[in-house]
Amino acid sequence: MKNERMARLTLAVGAPALALVAAFLITSLVLVLAGDSVTGVWGQILSPPSSRGFVNIINSASVYYLSAVAVAIGFRMNLFNIGVDGQYRVASFAAAVVAGEAWLPGYLNTVAAIVAAMLVGAAWAGIAGLLRVTRGVSEVISTIMLNAIATFLVAYLLRKAAVDNEGSNITATKEIPEGSWIPGFTVGGSPNEVYGFVFLAIVVGLVYGFVINRTRFGFDLRATGKSETAAVASGINVKRMGLIAMLLSGAVAGLVGLPILFGDAHAYGSTFQSGLGFAGIAIALLGRNHPFGIALGALLFAFLDEQSNPLQILLDVSPDIVKITQGVIVLTVVIAYEVVRRYGASREQQQVASALESQNKEVSA
Amino acid sequence: MSGTQTVVRAPKKSSSSRWSYAKVLLLISGFLILISAARLITGVNDLDSSGTVRATLIAAIPIGMAGLGGLWSERAGIVNIGLEGMMILGTFGAGYFGYFYGPWQGVVGAILLGALGGLLHAIATVTFGVDHIVSGVALNIIALGAVQYLAVLAFTGVPGGGQTQSPPVENLPAVTIDALSSPLADLEDRHWFVLSDVASILGALVTNLSVLTLLCLSLFVLTWWVLWKTAFGLRLRSCGENPAAAESLGVNVIRYKFTAVLISGGLAGLGGGFLALVAASQFRDGQTGGRGYIGLAAMIFGNWRPTGLLTGSMLFGYTDTLRLRGGGDTIHGLLLLVAVGLVILAVWQWRKHGQRAALVAALLGVLVAVWYAVTVSVPEGLAGMTPYLTTLLVLALFSQRLRMPAADGLSYRKGSAG
Amino acid sequence: MNSTTTNSGTPAEPGVDADVVVRLRGIGKTFPGVIANDDVNIDVRRGTVHAIVGENGAGKSTLMKILYGVQRPDSGTIEINGTAVDLGSPADAIDAGVGMVFQHFMLADNLTVLENVVLGSEKLHGIGAGARTEISRISDAYGLDIDPDAMVADLGVGARQRIEILKVIFRGAKIIILDEPTSVLVPQEVEALFDNLRELKEEGLAVIFISHKLDEVLSVADTVTVVRRGTTIDTVAASSVTAQELAELMVGSELPSPSTEESTVTTDVILQVEGLTMPGPSRKLLSDVSFTIHAGEILGVAGVEGNGQSELVEAIMGMRSNTTGRIAVDEVNIADLSTRERRESGIGYIPADRHRHGLLLEAPLWENRILGHQTREPNVSGPLIDRAGARADTQRIVEEYDVRTPSIDVLARALSGGNQQKLIIGREMSGKPQLLVASHPTRGVDVGAQAAIWEHIKRARHDGLAVLLISADLDELIGLSDTIQVILRGEMVGTFDPATVTPKELGSAMTGASA
Repeated sequence: MKNERMARLTLAVGAPALALVAAFLITSLVLVLAGDSVTGVWGQILSPPSSRGFVNIINSASVYYLSAVAVAIGFRMNLFNIGVDGQYRVASFAAAVVAGEAWLPGYLNTVAAIVAAMLVGAAWAGIAGLLRVTRGVSEVISTIMLNAIATFLVAYLLRKAAVDNEGSNITATKEIPEGSWIPGFTVGGSPNEVYGFVFLAIVVGLVYGFVINRTRFGFDLRATGKSETAAVASGINVKRMGLIAMLLSGAVAGLVGLPILFGDAHAYGSTFQSGLGFAGIAIALLGRNHPFGIALGALLFAFLDEQSNPLQILLDVSPDIVKITQGVIVLTVVIAYEVVRRYGASREQQQVASALESQNKEVSA
Repeated sequence: MSGTQTVVRAPKKSSSSRWSYAKVLLLISGFLILISAARLITGVNDLDSSGTVRATLIAAIPIGMAGLGGLWSERAGIVNIGLEGMMILGTFGAGYFGYFYGPWQGVVGAILLGALGGLLHAIATVTFGVDHIVSGVALNIIALGAVQYLAVLAFTGVPGGGQTQSPPVENLPAVTIDALSSPLADLEDRHWFVLSDVASILGALVTNLSVLTLLCLSLFVLTWWVLWKTAFGLRLRSCGENPAAAESLGVNVIRYKFTAVLISGGLAGLGGGFLALVAASQFRDGQTGGRGYIGLAAMIFGNWRPTGLLTGSMLFGYTDTLRLRGGGDTIHGLLLLVAVGLVILAVWQWRKHGQRAALVAALLGVLVAVWYAVTVSVPEGLAGMTPYLTTLLVLALFSQRLRMPAADGLSYRKGSAG
Repeated sequence: MNSTTTNSGTPAEPGVDADVVVRLRGIGKTFPGVIANDDVNIDVRRGTVHAIVGENGAGKSTLMKILYGVQRPDSGTIEINGTAVDLGSPADAIDAGVGMVFQHFMLADNLTVLENVVLGSEKLHGIGAGARTEISRISDAYGLDIDPDAMVADLGVGARQRIEILKVIFRGAKIIILDEPTSVLVPQEVEALFDNLRELKEEGLAVIFISHKLDEVLSVADTVTVVRRGTTIDTVAASSVTAQELAELMVGSELPSPSTEESTVTTDVILQVEGLTMPGPSRKLLSDVSFTIHAGEILGVAGVEGNGQSELVEAIMGMRSNTTGRIAVDEVNIADLSTRERRESGIGYIPADRHRHGLLLEAPLWENRILGHQTREPNVSGPLIDRAGARADTQRIVEEYDVRTPSIDVLARALSGGNQQKLIIGREMSGKPQLLVASHPTRGVDVGAQAAIWEHIKRARHDGLAVLLISADLDELIGLSDTIQVILRGEMVGTFDPATVTPKELGSAMTGASA
């Protein structure tokens, strides 16, 4: 039914659009109350980015995208992997160490590091998954605890594995040999390069979309997320699914730090970017766990991040205002989705009933 | 009336009858003996000195307040993951109002800001039926961003303050009962078996006790009384057990859930206020350190009851205090306690025919004992993990045997009755 | 038929209006796309038991929800004791003296009996000793045998219903509504309940009693109102009418009778269960259960809910891990196989609770077709989902099983219960099973769909299907089964021939009382 699909699409897009407008208004309210210039702030944020900014946006977006896909895999099964933050840091550290040691030459080294990252990320998430499946521990709390544990663990191991890099005060792992670096490319004469790893992000997205929607495994995953009881009755091994979902989520989370590692930092240091996990949660919710929706969400968040950087210097406004916007977006989006869902449900009931009116007049008890 | 009754389910012992006075007394004395013995064997007097007890109390209260907030909310059927965010709001409220007005205004400000966070969560979950965990996570993101933004706004350029902290805030009054304080301190210094331990615990309670600590402790008692001894509490609990039944009897379920979440936010905010006013003397970015989540773990450990929650909070506060006061050496001493505890647990599990779980506990106990024997100290960097590892361990061991409110986490819509 | 009724459905007896405690006039209620009640008129008198009958889906429950304030009527008036009232919430109804005993009990398991009873009305007798005394008083006065400090989770079905009645009397109700009260009781318990109702009536209360079981209604009610398709058809004195006549009023035409035709039972054993045992927290949930089902045979299992039926079904489907014993399908022992493998070996499953176990409510119909069959054609080819194949087959099922829906892209939650169930039946039959495990297959389903489902099952039986039928509907069991077994406290306690067994015999076996 073409009309049915069009209507559904409009509703699906309408919710996030509504949410963004609401978030926009709320942020403006906060600015007004704080005495900051509303027009000035939005003027700066909504201005077109420079070519350097454009590249930054793509780079940030690809990292956010990976993080959001990792979270989305969990969400599809009603599992909340809040631990992407810890998983990617442990994994990036492991990858940096492996790549730094360079046991294999050139790009083989890179591949080895990617595999290491995915394995370590999966294992870290697997702890939470195992606790959930065998002991019934809420994965929300356990992944958050594991995040904190990861912070201490990585800091401790970093001190042990640190190597004196010349001319730098930062404790870091051994630098990755140039032959293993992933080359980037410039866009429109920009002074900086887009990470080569952006293609990895795209591939991950495609694979995710394909597996979730087209394979038996994806069907089982989605079914378990929609109704665990129905899944059990239909023959799905729900416990095994839960564990596998967490492992996969952790494996993708492990990839999150790699674009930065191979495209920019080339070593894991104490200043390696953190906090990417929570943005992933927000973006997965915004994009409704859909590979394309997440991409749009990632671009939006990266855009907001980039364009708010100069706020402090230009307007003396803390760039943290954007964090409020991002948080509010999450809340307004989920509220909007819920409202739309309820409206859609009653609309559908009416449609079904009216379509059948010509036949038996159904009466409810 | 026919006497035949088909029992549908096997009878479960009601939890209120499980803990008789005798059992509780036995447990407390057993614990005292154990810790006194550990102190004498390992020679670490700081294991339960009055200083440690006091620090434990200060560490336990914020966790306990967060847990209490979680308890109020979940007893009404709303899962509140956003406690961390509400706590963060509380720290800021205490710092801002505490500095610009006064410490008591700081307390009120902390509660109000926490309740504001609760309001957001309530609107999302109760009015709009959004998934509770999603709303909680969103709230944490918003609260963090908001507080960071507001801190920059409020404290930059203020003497003693900065982008990520407030200037020092005046202290709240503290209470000391001199008549008891000195003799108890004396008794403690004698290092006698069990007697000195009791002295140190009582000593900490009568020396330099902040008024806010007293207030927070009384909230545990108040919670127990309100929720289990009043009509208001019964109605609130019914919303978390069977909201449809409650509504069919005329209870305004929506209003009770809303109230519960607001109270929840206020309590978490108060916990944050405690952090800023008593545990420290200022607001600092990142002060909460995950205590909102640890509080949830304490609540689960306590089986959604105030007494269990207090015990759990004390447990977490204790491990954290040991780490701070003694560093790696004391944590090392703690390993022995943990190993013994795990072995006792394994035996208990075995008798309750949870054989696989008993073996796991026993294995863990052996591993920890080996770790204790082989090492001299726990490295500083790793000691910081202690509260989080403890949380994981507690949850792993206790999650399955507990009974949460029957309708916890479910979305409820008015008119679902019948 | 002997009746003195007017078109508006009220007995035209002069001079007794003062006795009317509840008067409904012109009540109407519409939900999105569905008319639940239309021009309902009823008079209920004090000191009487007034039954409201109609088939599943006739609008009785909505009417009672309106009388209890859970829903507001779109049109019409309600008068209680001669005064017009607006019931906007259950609290209003309670104030007006109306008490409701729901079909699905409204009790919080983790609270005590006392807490459940006082909830919402704490002002009446407090929540402590005063309340305890009052509860004991009512319990003694009406013979309800209730302990105020027991935990509801520990109590059985009969006790829970008595608590619901006590709740209502505790609040001073003078008008008591019972919604399908006997659906969870065995015949002996039904008699006990009716004795209680007669006592209430003698105290001057008005009892309104909703049911679709005509024999029971006629044995206890004074007046009967028939509802069909949301409107009142007629109100008659119970003494002046027979069950047959009532049935005709209810349906408007002949009821399809679930009678058995020629036996199709063969000698091929399809399902053999031996010594099936499942331990439980205090007693065995299943205790040495053994039975056989042949090709072309329907084995019906009767029993009070909670005696092991769901455990039996889940054990056979492989959803419980702690069972011992032999389960063989067509000579192959499946006791070690997973649920998926058991389904693949030819078992179809119609779960008792279709919303929780049978469907993904938030997924379209064609995805629901795949559920439970995701390893077989036409839903999959290799590891991938075959969308075209699944969609085509879903369309086939919709046509063959008369699932009323505008398209196969509609989400499952939008369909009515009957159509959802027809889809599930169609899906399970499509796997060409040897054995069908059907648990309460027509629960909550309208009469038309029920007849269609029975027809499908009988046709499949004719083609050699073996069926394990669990049902609480004795008519369904007697009508469909070739053999009936009774389960009590996890044990099989009796075998009966449906052609000769009486409801009393079955009831005795189901409760363990001597016949």
